[in-house]
Amino acid sequence: MNEKDVPQDSSSTYQGQKKLIYAVDDNGQYLGVKSTGWEVESFATQMAVDDLQEQTDEALRQAHRNEVSPLAYHMLRLRFDLGSLAQTTVFFQWQIKRHLNPKIFAKLSKRKLAVYCEVMKLSQDELTSIPQPTQPTSPPSPNNQPSIDNE
Amino acid sequence: MTDIILPIEHQQSSHCETGVISTLLRSKGLDVSEPMAFGLASALAFVYLPIVKLGGLPLIAYRMPPKTIIKTVCKKLKVDLSSQTFSNQIKGMQALDDELAKGNLVGLQTSVYWLPYFPEDMRFHFNAHNLVVYGKTAAGNYLISDPVFEHLVECPSEDLQRARFAKGALAAKGRMYVIRQVPEQVDLTPHIYAAIKKTARMMHGMPVPFIGNYFGAKGIKTLAKKISSLNKTKPKYQKLFLGNIVRMQEEIGTGGAGFRFMFASFLTESAKVTGNDNLQKVATQTTTVGDNWREFAMEAVLFCKKRKEVTLDNVANKLVSCAEQEQTLRAELLKIKNN
Repeated sequence: MNEKDVPQDSSSTYQGQKKLIYAVDDNGQYLGVKSTGWEVESFATQMAVDDLQEQTDEALRQAHRNEVSPLAYHMLRLRFDLGSLAQTTVFFQWQIKRHLNPKIFAKLSKRKLAVYCEVMKLSQDELTSIPQPTQPTSPPSPNNQPSIDNE
Repeated sequence: MTDIILPIEHQQSSHCETGVISTLLRSKGLDVSEPMAFGLASALAFVYLPIVKLGGLPLIAYRMPPKTIIKTVCKKLKVDLSSQTFSNQIKGMQALDDELAKGNLVGLQTSVYWLPYFPEDMRFHFNAHNLVVYGKTAAGNYLISDPVFEHLVECPSEDLQRARFAKGALAAKGRMYVIRQVPEQVDLTPHIYAAIKKTARMMHGMPVPFIGNYFGAKGIKTLAKKISSLNKTKPKYQKLFLGNIVRMQEEIGTGGAGFRFMFASFLTESAKVTGNDNLQKVATQTTTVGDNWREFAMEAVLFCKKRKEVTLDNVANKLVSCAEQEQTLRAELLKIKNN
């Protein structure tokens, strides 16, 4: 890739950051070029981020209907899944699955809740509650980015 | 307590591990660039491991596993690197402070997710990020040169501790490394030839039954077959599957085209160091390979955008062409000899 062809697409997923890409000058010599984004790459990123957001929103709706526990919502919101949460908490996946059941979750001991609180950086109040449906679903990302696919 | 600010020349890099080792070596007067570190470690690879799932999608990597680069480079160049992990978090933070007080730049392995200066969309639970701490403010914030960022950053102590001691796959356990001593002079030439040979050997696949088909050019072809067979799955999974490949190739600090451009840069630099013109020729060929990977990414995303003219077979065929080009490149790399 020639240095002139390094995309500068100001991708929203970069949030103003720049990445270093290696490219050649006209003499075939390599240099590092700062890029503000590549539309192709950020489309893939956005797809993954949107998918996670969709799952999180769905978990929140289910939690409001008392079909799943608040843990299901917080797990997805904080980018965990059963596998990674099991690895960090040292609970088995089947245990975490049980804890996603609101009835079982409500009866969890303080000690078990504390394990989740520790790895998710939440207080027990935060872990056992969910935001109201009117509030934004993902507090840490207030910027609702427009879809990059402008077709 | 007063501020500790050690001198550091921050250089933005594509990749965290190569960036950190390059910064640390340069701070000791050994001029090793990011691409040179990458090349010397024979870090270029391709791995497709469907058995290992991350967020429901298979593991795809364009380089050797974490920690390989720092370890290999230091071993080859006879750099004295002291590296330690901690079972006690308080002691781990204290050890960091002690090294800073002694005037040493400190490399750390951390989680990406808990570093507050990362953009929200780039944060995920990956525990093998690397950064350099170059100081601490009187208020207790750490001063950090994070190689993938354009500028220097600052991180509160509590967050850095969390990032260093996050549990899970590849857990850092507070890993901290400091360069004690570097040799006064290093002749890179023999290391360059040895590293290229090793990279070329790995580019075909691994001589192991069954699992060998998931590495190198063979692995790329296995992935291409998988893509062709995706038409039996839901459209949403097809998109996420292809998107995952593109993200591993481009989003996760690779310098473009899944480290292929960085490797090409290593080859041009090697041509200058050794005076071997053949290295410049293979560098140009590697650039072509990288360009083809970028075209593959475009093709894959076009499919995700439901452009009718692009089919899964088109995407798979493009990937097969990447595999074939890499096999040709491998043959050329194997011909490179120290004259």
